[in-house]
Amino acid sequence: MTLQITVKKHLGELLIDTDLNLQSSGVTALFGRSGAGKTSLINLVAGLQQPDEGRIVIGDRIVFDTARHINLAPEKRHIGYVFQGSRLFPHYTVSGNLSYGQRIKDTHQQHVIAELLGIEHLLQRYPAALSGGEQQRVAIGRALLSQPAMLLMDEPLASLDEPRKKELLPYIEQLAREVNIPIIYVSHSLDELLRLADQMVLMNQGKVIAHGAVADIWNSDAMLAWQPDDDISVILEAHIKQHSHRYAMSCLDLGNDLTLWTPFISAPELSLVRMRIHARDISLVRTPPEQSSIRNIIPVNVISSTPTNESACLVTLQAGQHKLKASITRWAAEELGIKPGEQLFAQIKGGSISRNDQTHLQPFSALTNPYLSHKN
Amino acid sequence: MLSEYEISALLLSLKVSVCAVLFSLPLAIIMAWLLARRQFPGKQLLDSLIHLPLVLPPVVIGYLLLISMGRQGAIGSRLYEWFGLSFSFSWQGAALAAGIVAFPLMVRAIRLSLESVDSKLEQAARTLGASPLKVFITITLPLTIPGLLAGTILAFARSLGEFGATITFVSNIPDETRTLPLAMFSFIETPGAEAEAARLCLISIVVALAALLISERLTRMAQKRLAL
Repeated sequence: MTLQITVKKHLGELLIDTDLNLQSSGVTALFGRSGAGKTSLINLVAGLQQPDEGRIVIGDRIVFDTARHINLAPEKRHIGYVFQGSRLFPHYTVSGNLSYGQRIKDTHQQHVIAELLGIEHLLQRYPAALSGGEQQRVAIGRALLSQPAMLLMDEPLASLDEPRKKELLPYIEQLAREVNIPIIYVSHSLDELLRLADQMVLMNQGKVIAHGAVADIWNSDAMLAWQPDDDISVILEAHIKQHSHRYAMSCLDLGNDLTLWTPFISAPELSLVRMRIHARDISLVRTPPEQSSIRNIIPVNVISSTPTNESACLVTLQAGQHKLKASITRWAAEELGIKPGEQLFAQIKGGSISRNDQTHLQPFSALTNPYLSHKN
Repeated sequence: MLSEYEISALLLSLKVSVCAVLFSLPLAIIMAWLLARRQFPGKQLLDSLIHLPLVLPPVVIGYLLLISMGRQGAIGSRLYEWFGLSFSFSWQGAALAAGIVAFPLMVRAIRLSLESVDSKLEQAARTLGASPLKVFITITLPLTIPGLLAGTILAFARSLGEFGATITFVSNIPDETRTLPLAMFSFIETPGAEAEAARLCLISIVVALAALLISERLTRMAQKRLAL
């Protein structure tokens, strides 16, 4: 589905000014700092706020166009919205909340969604009796059951504490893979981006700075400003070549006969996974050591080398078809005489990739549930 | 226990007050909604007009009703001509006077309650496909129930106590317009009827207390139900 958001909107000091054309399928993360205008932008899409001027087209439906005087009311846009706070109706039970947006009351469908979100045992309760995480799951179910053409999620984890976030994230992850509705997910968390998004839109001060596949944007220089100086990372998307059950390790195929060993990934061989590799976990050597505890010694070409502060230096590397970034001291960089175009060897400690740094990318179609797709 | 005279005055009072409250409730909801949620020219004027009965002497309201709604009045004569409806010197007139005097109290309570309904919930309902009317009926109004209850009881109590506008507009006719306060006034005027006046005074206190207790109970039930 295509999504066009060409709008201008003054909000106090902030001017939202976007000209965005997206092929929206799966999860598109709207990423940026607080106050960048992310929430305001999706409010414009949902019709909760009006742009000063512009045009918003969802698929083949024009929902807003100043030139043609079109401004569809929120209830006519068929856009599901999961807000930062759950916004459940306090005077309806969970079941009543879930069915509020259903055009045809369908209890079977309600049970499918309730099961997916693990809220079947809560159906007769009132929202006040639920935990924050449960409330948010009900809010997600409620939005899905209105059978929207698109789902907007505004930092659904932001109002929750750490344990609740950990509890809810897997549900959203699963949902993103099973639901055949494009999702726009507002976030300022790199972890959520890594685990949920297929593509991303990077926003700053009301403007779109970059958009594209998550790995492409993450690994580009535009993203450096959003990564902490001492924890710059790249994203690798690669297929699992083989597992070593004996050592509980998995081997990723980086192309050009290069491989990367990581701690065991519980996904079948050949499946596509996404890895975050931290620059601080990569060291560089001129000649490969003969005997080393480090499992991954990969030939790389230096693309660039830039100092990040007085003592550190960030070296961008080409490894097969993939990009890597290594954070080394300026002292080491000078002693090794690192220059663009040179061939070196990158050492990546196999154990340094934690479970939080990996996610399993499943194809959407295989699991698509007929109850979870939009019907017009 | 109660004399025939007292029962008649009590029942008449209840009838007048219940009618006054029931008929003004829909209009009060509309006015409260306009004042709480809408911006329009003349809003300040409407607000003042609605509040006028609160600050005007009741006898002035009675007089205005007499010249406008009486059988010879500008509005009253037409109502009689077209619908055969007459407010003068009837219990319907007493209900009209009570409703007007109690109206600002009702609007105020409902308006406050409407203003405290979280508009974020209404937005959420809109994104779930609900039209503004459906949102009002299924979200806004149920969440306003504590205010509706408070406003209704307050208006009911004010109607029960209405005296000045009533006696001016519809006079003091036994079994037709002689409500509890008017009956009490008649006894106070009559020498040697102190005991009867005291009995009516007690009845008034009991009815008012009962209304307050019921309102308290209902409000608490509504709040519990709404999980507020």
